[in-house]
Amino acid sequence: MFSLEGKVALVTGATGGIGAATARALHQAGATVAITGRRAAELEALAAELGSRVIVAPADLADPAAPAALVEKVEGEGGSLDILVNNAGFTRDMLALRMGDADWQAVLDVDLTAPFRLARSALRGMMKKRWGRIVSIASIVGVTGNAGQANYAAAKAGLIGMSKSLAQEVATRGVTVNVVAPGFVKTAMTDALNEAQRTALLSRIPAARMGTPEDIAGAVVYLASPAAAWVTGQTLHVNGGMAMI
Amino acid sequence: MERVTPMSDTAEKVKKIVVEHLGVEESKVTNEASFIDDLGADSLDTVELVMAFEEAFGVEIPDDAAEKITTVKDAIEYIEKQKAE
Repeated sequence: MFSLEGKVALVTGATGGIGAATARALHQAGATVAITGRRAAELEALAAELGSRVIVAPADLADPAAPAALVEKVEGEGGSLDILVNNAGFTRDMLALRMGDADWQAVLDVDLTAPFRLARSALRGMMKKRWGRIVSIASIVGVTGNAGQANYAAAKAGLIGMSKSLAQEVATRGVTVNVVAPGFVKTAMTDALNEAQRTALLSRIPAARMGTPEDIAGAVVYLASPAAAWVTGQTLHVNGGMAMI
Repeated sequence: MERVTPMSDTAEKVKKIVVEHLGVEESKVTNEASFIDDLGADSLDTVELVMAFEEAFGVEIPDDAAEKITTVKDAIEYIEKQKAE
């Protein structure tokens, strides 16, 4: 029910905490995993750890031509692309008053536009095969908002709206499009918080701990699996109970 | 043996693609058949058909042209015109 044997998955941002954990989890479920990110050396290290059934495909998703080329490479080397995990993303936090157009646009480009381009390229093959899974990693702040993250929150909210629309377009073709919205997960992105911020944060999480990348990876594997065939257009919140929506 | 003319070659290929994509009986795919009204296609099917034609014939069918392709004959004529140019 949860086996991904024979499937090919592409994970963007596989050099990050959640991306690497997701790649490992999909691989463990039996999938061939294509890993992409900007840092080739880290991708190679992850590939060496995984061993077989790995495709290494470094790419910079800020480049408008990169998504189509990436999908073509994976379909060429892996034979098909069955599961797309839009995980790559970055933040450039500052209050809106100080946020320049470039700060806004850079985050939108990588966190929202690149996932759309990847989905558009990947859908073609998925629709033909009448099977496909697109899972995008959004964030709790895409639903709740967060001071200092107008760009990031807009991109993540955009992923949710985009996924609902795509889900409606392709539902009859056996392709599901869903979102996983993590709360605060221990990664390089949240290591930047100071002790006071961390304590304040934990007081708002009923589970009283930060999430782990594996907490998120499990949700992705579920949505990618045959078990979730009738789940589409949904946002699965994985946040230790921090927001129950 | 009679030679197959380029025209009937295109028609045959178009009809084959339609049969495969829509899963309809070959006999139903007449020149006049409308993809949506006669062959049960939905809007997504028509987009898929256009993409399949583009791939099979190596032509580009822009959106404004694709909108006007509603019957089997429309598709054959458009593709032949593109190939002749």
